Amino acid sequence: MSMIELHGLTKRFGQITAVDGIDLSVPKGEVLGFLGPNGAGKSTTMKMVTGYLAPSAGRVSVCGHDVAADPVAAQRRIGYLPEGAPAWPDMTPTAFLDFAARARGLDAKARRTAIARAADLTSLQGVMRQPIDTLSKGFKRRVGLAQALLHDPDVLILDEPTDGLDPNQKQEVRRLIAEMSGQKAIVISTHILEEVEAICSRAVVIARGAIVADGTPQDLEARDPLHNAVELILTDSADAAKARNLLDGLANVARVKDGAEGPASLIAVPVDARAIAAALADALRAADIGVDRLSVRRGRLDTVFHTLTGYQGGQNA
Amino acid sequence: MHSVWTVFRREMGAYFTTPLAYIVLTVFLVMAGALTFYMGGFFARDQADLNAFFTFHPWLYLVLIPAIAMRLWSEDLRSGAVEVLLTLPITTGQAVLGKFLAAWVFAGIALVLTAPMWITVTYLGTPDHGVILTGYIGSFLMAGGYLSIGAFISALTRNQVIAFVVTAAICFLLTVAGSPLVLAAFSAWAGDEATDFIASLSFLTHFEDIMKGVLDLRDLVYFLSVMALFLFANWAAVERVKGA
Repeated sequence: MSMIELHGLTKRFGQITAVDGIDLSVPKGEVLGFLGPNGAGKSTTMKMVTGYLAPSAGRVSVCGHDVAADPVAAQRRIGYLPEGAPAWPDMTPTAFLDFAARARGLDAKARRTAIARAADLTSLQGVMRQPIDTLSKGFKRRVGLAQALLHDPDVLILDEPTDGLDPNQKQEVRRLIAEMSGQKAIVISTHILEEVEAICSRAVVIARGAIVADGTPQDLEARDPLHNAVELILTDSADAAKARNLLDGLANVARVKDGAEGPASLIAVPVDARAIAAALADALRAADIGVDRLSVRRGRLDTVFHTLTGYQGGQNA
Repeated sequence: MHSVWTVFRREMGAYFTTPLAYIVLTVFLVMAGALTFYMGGFFARDQADLNAFFTFHPWLYLVLIPAIAMRLWSEDLRSGAVEVLLTLPITTGQAVLGKFLAAWVFAGIALVLTAPMWITVTYLGTPDHGVILTGYIGSFLMAGGYLSIGAFISALTRNQVIAFVVTAAICFLLTVAGSPLVLAAFSAWAGDEATDFIASLSFLTHFEDIMKGVLDLRDLVYFLSVMALFLFANWAAVERVKGA
């Protein structure tokens, strides 16, 4: 069953169209990574899903509740970490979580349990009585995360949940998201691509307010022109010209180019990211060309990301 | 109702976790006392009433009410906490009402703390308690009126200083509209009807009516309408933040 449905979702701010007709459906059990450069419309989309911003056009429904028609019913099912993890600076995490728990209609006993659980999940126990203002960036983020997890919601919308955390904390939060992923629909926005590979079952790339790619992280990787390319280091660099001709003649090899590691290194780029390693190895062996190392390159998400979002970084091969 | 109470609790807590509440309360009590005894000539009047005390309330409120109201929405808009508030299962109306009521009750606390005035005048003479009680009710209603304006302005800006200054300016205009100075300026050329209309818009006119000890339905309706009007404007201002 689809927990989150977006139909033609559009948001205009004056002349600027921040989100331009997004259609998306997120079923239970999915961890959707929302990718895009800054200003692509990730946060604006999330704000519309959670009922903070009203769409200019289009519709959002969460767990069957139309967000425009009945925002409160939808919001009961959502846990939301807004961009930058805002909170009231003078409150302590205890007071902040208590307020959120009351707003969610939990009674005294349920509040205590929920707050203890959320604090435990996000490792906040040591700072529960300090004003949020005085906490480090990592703790502030985790206070926001605790607020989102408080009522064990069916839908989690997390805007950059690991921003500002150190590598260990990032790892912890990713583990937490992975653990919860079975029973919920989770949407996280991030610009850390390794995070998408690590925890997301689906990656959606948006640029200038529109979806430009939607698939598993592996699908996206395969869009790298160098996905499944084979890197070779020949034993003898004198064989380089011979090897180049041989490989060029093989079916499924689009082209052969120089590698980065001197005259003995070559890269064979396949047609349509097909697997060519085995055929390549056979051909080289048959021609009696010695190979020191042969490795298959995986597509790199950041290359795909740059291409899809129209960023001209210049490092594309 | 439950959500209004939740917002109310948080706002009330917010007043007392910062020094703001204590500063405002102290300044209000000191100023109210000083104005009553020095400028109001409490003793020289030699009357067992609190007129000298209530007379200054509109002018005290001009400074203190914007200070209470300025943070209501501006602070949340600046810190971004408004996004947390409005994505919890709380409607805009409940948030508007909860915040306003917290500020109003806070103003009520300030008024209750002036009870020593009442005790003093009771000790010194035999005042008409009905008139004093009506004065307090009138003052409380007037505070609500000023606060609703302040809450509305606060929802328009993320800058608390701007919220303070603009609220004070609007409240000043609404107050002096009923002062003899302004009314004389109008009555010279605008005719009696127009002058009466301007006077009827003023907080001062309605508060002075109540201060005399008569809680007229018209004055009650006036203050309640001001509150309703500006709380509705407040609601619209918050919806505008949401882009609706």
